[in-house]
Amino acid sequence: MALIAFHLDSRSGVPTYLQLVQQVRHAVQLGILQPGDQLPTVKEVVTSLAINPNTVLKAYGVLESDGIAEGRRGQGTFVKTSAPAPLGDDFGKLRRSLRQWFAQARAAGLDEQAIEALLSEQHSSARRVA
Amino acid sequence: MNAAFSTHELGKRYGSQWALRDCTLEIPRGSVTALVGPNGAGKTTLLRLAVGLSRPSAGSVRVLGLDPHADAAEALPRVGFLAQEHPLYGGFTVAEMLRVGRKLNPAWDDEAARARIAELDLPLKKKVRSLSGGQRAQVALTLTLAKRPALLLLDEPVASLDPLARREFMQSVLEAVAERELTVVLSSHILADLERVCDHLVILAVGRTQLVGPIEEIVASHRLLTGPRDDAGEVARMHDVVRESHAERQTTLLVRANGHVYDARWTVHELDLEEIVLAYLGQDAARRREAVAS
Repeated sequence: MALIAFHLDSRSGVPTYLQLVQQVRHAVQLGILQPGDQLPTVKEVVTSLAINPNTVLKAYGVLESDGIAEGRRGQGTFVKTSAPAPLGDDFGKLRRSLRQWFAQARAAGLDEQAIEALLSEQHSSARRVA
Repeated sequence: MNAAFSTHELGKRYGSQWALRDCTLEIPRGSVTALVGPNGAGKTTLLRLAVGLSRPSAGSVRVLGLDPHADAAEALPRVGFLAQEHPLYGGFTVAEMLRVGRKLNPAWDDEAARARIAELDLPLKKKVRSLSGGQRAQVALTLTLAKRPALLLLDEPVASLDPLARREFMQSVLEAVAERELTVVLSSHILADLERVCDHLVILAVGRTQLVGPIEEIVASHRLLTGPRDDAGEVARMHDVVRESHAERQTTLLVRANGHVYDARWTVHELDLEEIVLAYLGQDAARRREAVAS
């Protein structure tokens, strides 16, 4: 059985192959997938999502050129042993402070939409700086 | 020769009526291509020409680099064709249908066919006419795939199926693509899910090809522009206008952009595939109305 299950959000506007790429990245960052783990086979993804196999191949190609995964001839695609390590201790800390932040935002009377607007505004300005 | 299926200025005339005209396209190996167009646009005619069921009145058609008529003995065993009505013998059982397939096809893969029938839980002893529409479609697809074709042509394969059977059918097709080298061309007027299932698109309209290419490129090159009324001239010189509409103070253009749209007076919106296809089909309908009016 595959280690992770992909899911698709057809309303997100994000191309299917990019959704697959992001989900693998997240799984690696969260430590759900570890170096040496096998990604779902093309056939498994096609069977579970009824999508074009070329889309899966494209996603895995992107992950390979980003240094996250590697194809092994005749075996499949695996998380690279040198893939970026999961976020570890920092991750827990960041998660806790974010949770606090959400509590503060609600206490300040922000609704879901306001929270989302604030988050995406900060996210995109932080990206511009980086 | 890298195309699995190609036509050059292909035309088919019945009496004085052209069912298909001036159709030029090239479909790369290993792709899954949607053939889209309104009823009567020539989709079925094109597929029938591809498998040699009819002969061109003009131009040429090649499948796997071969002429479906002159090289029929070499070409046709490698081409699978499933007609819209999923033709099977209603009085035969599923097992008998498999036997027919085995007797008629030299490269028949009986093991794979039986494995598929078992996997789909299809009853071997039941007569074809007592199966559900979805089951019949799956039996027909199993027979077509057991030929081990390199090119699979499907004419409106899911038009008669309910949403679940539709998904299961496409799943089977895509699994076959994942398992081996297989090029698929399917005609459809169901636009939902096209982007998930297909990577190439051909739009046929009034019997001519309108648009051929990788879906990703098509989506990337089409944009919806809104801007000041009666200011469209400059944009229209730079880009191909597929559809335009006017409000009192605003003009909306759907364009196939040749490069970036830099004009600051226009707001640029992205489009999904369904909207793009509908714009082309709408253009076709408008042209036909004009033809009737003149």
